[in-house]
Amino acid sequence: MSDRIFRVNMSDLSVKLEECPSQWAGLGGRGLTSSIVASEVDPCCHALGPSNKLVFAPGLLSGTVAANSGRLSCGAKSPLTGTIKESNAGGTAAQMLARLGCKALVIEGAPAGDRWYSLRVTPDGVIIDTEEELVGRGNYAVAESVRQRLGEKYGVISIGPAGEMKMAVANISVKDPDGRLRSHGRGGLGAVMGSKGVKFIAIEPTDNTISIADPERFSRASRAFAQALAKHPVTEGLASYGTDILVNIVNEAGALPARNFTLGQFEGHDSISGETMHERIKERGGKVRHGCHKGCVIQCSQVYNDKQGRYLTSGFEYESIWAMGADCCVDDLDIIAEADHLMDDIGIDTIETSVAIGVAMEAGILDFGDGREALRILREEVAKGTPFGRIIGGGAAVTGKAFGVTRVPVVKNQAIPAYDPRAVKGIGITYATSTMGADHTAGYTIATNILNCGGHVDPLSKEGQVELSRNLQIATAAVDSTGMCIFTAFAILDDETCLPALVDMINARFGTDLAAEDVTSLGARILKTEHDFNMRAGFTAADDRLPEFFALEELPPHNVKWDFTQDEIDSFWDF
Amino acid sequence: MRRITVKLFAHLRQGRFVSRDMDIAPETTVARIVEQLGINQDEVGVTMINSRHCSPDAVPGEGDTLAIFPLVGGG
Ligand code: SF4
Repeated sequence: MSDRIFRVNMSDLSVKLEECPSQWAGLGGRGLTSSIVASEVDPCCHALGPSNKLVFAPGLLSGTVAANSGRLSCGAKSPLTGTIKESNAGGTAAQMLARLGCKALVIEGAPAGDRWYSLRVTPDGVIIDTEEELVGRGNYAVAESVRQRLGEKYGVISIGPAGEMKMAVANISVKDPDGRLRSHGRGGLGAVMGSKGVKFIAIEPTDNTISIADPERFSRASRAFAQALAKHPVTEGLASYGTDILVNIVNEAGALPARNFTLGQFEGHDSISGETMHERIKERGGKVRHGCHKGCVIQCSQVYNDKQGRYLTSGFEYESIWAMGADCCVDDLDIIAEADHLMDDIGIDTIETSVAIGVAMEAGILDFGDGREALRILREEVAKGTPFGRIIGGGAAVTGKAFGVTRVPVVKNQAIPAYDPRAVKGIGITYATSTMGADHTAGYTIATNILNCGGHVDPLSKEGQVELSRNLQIATAAVDSTGMCIFTAFAILDDETCLPALVDMINARFGTDLAAEDVTSLGARILKTEHDFNMRAGFTAADDRLPEFFALEELPPHNVKWDFTQDEIDSFWDF
Repeated sequence: MRRITVKLFAHLRQGRFVSRDMDIAPETTVARIVEQLGINQDEVGVTMINSRHCSPDAVPGEGDTLAIFPLVGGG
């Protein structure tokens, strides 16, 4: 079965299945979502209007047995940043879409009136139904209801009330193998889905397998790849402690933004660290390791239970823990876990929302450290869409504007995540130049600046940072197109058998003859395509800047400022 | 002798400690301290003295804090 583009038009409720045009045949994941958005969406359109398109694409290797290849890319013009956006997530959807022969699911137009719909993706196309019962409900209820209506095995992609209200912090949930949630977190893509009137997308299970051009070569390569991942030392730490293992090391390096980016270390770091989480999960009978999709050999996810041993949250990430924890000075992991659960259910980005709450703390709306009040705001203001809830739901930049705060950590209106750019200068270059707004995953220099993966570049010196960020952003754009989870990058950086095995799998799957350089040039092409979209949307080099306070205020303990010149930042694009 | 504080992280804590003051002879390198703690050199991913990355040959001074991490990742 050849892979096709499934196109759903919500203006006239029509569905078309199209052969994939040849220029997109070699693309998947981010490469494909960004190419479709760049070629079909007017960069100047309103992100929540009928001209925007929401595109889902499994990676090139999703649906195969390749380890960690089940990531789903989602793209559109972002209502938060106004830039192009790709956000990827785990869960079962990518593998299921790929097996249905769906190379991309494109949702376009906008329905008339206030009606809500569901989509059901089948091997023969997409069935559009009106939806009433689940309107206003949270993501957990949607996943459960689809399970009851259609059965356990259906994949589910959904939005919560925040997406329905078209909040710029709204995310898109994807059901994981155990009925829990993973998210396309950043950039407000949930609001775009809401603007299309789509409450959820159910994906029919299938027995189809992916056709592989050279099965023998594929299984050789995929074995080598899985082995390289499994034996990389980072894998052990991620499996035991999750990504939250980073709290202590980033804190020690003086780069853990605390108290709305006024400190580089958080007093309560120990109580929110991966080590503490690990102990607590074991005590309470949770699961220390867990994969967000079948075939993950790293298993950075976990199941975190409350004091009574009842499920509280999973996929409890460093970024989320940092944002509600260190940034808002909340040092109680249980409160942070409860917030995480609530935010997943309401359908909002944990980073953007928590950083917005940190900005509100700075404005004196609530006290730093008041986790209970933060929970109340989530439950009673954001989930219900009160005027204050909608300010927080507009993201950190909107919150800063509403309350006259000058220390607002955003780039292109997207909240800066869990590494202070003054103390890790490489990541500052990534925040400034990423086509997505402030996004750590776009070019994760922490690997080299802090974790000694792929060498070491001194985090406090400007030396080598632009080049480091550029190389990583190019490589990441390519990896994001394969369907591979970004944590494969640690092995790719350190183990020379890993990248060739990855390229080999792509070749064996499609019968192509790509070399490693082709993959790099693919990454460069994707970045340029995205950058070009942003330029056409009206962005200029002046938008590739960090907020002024980073250059004015010293960050303890190293007492460092952001000190790159504009020309130095702009040289990022010299490739 | 020099008094320093040593902090361990993740699985390096198992059977050892979280944080402890240690007296070391002057000129003792980070590599030597790691060895004294019975930690295998290739288990060590990152070492920092006073929140700055350091090499195995670095020598902590009086009152310094040495942090020892296994190779960790995430993001
Ligand atoms: S390592 Fe984590 S994010 Fe990556 S595929 Fe596995 S569970 Fe998902």
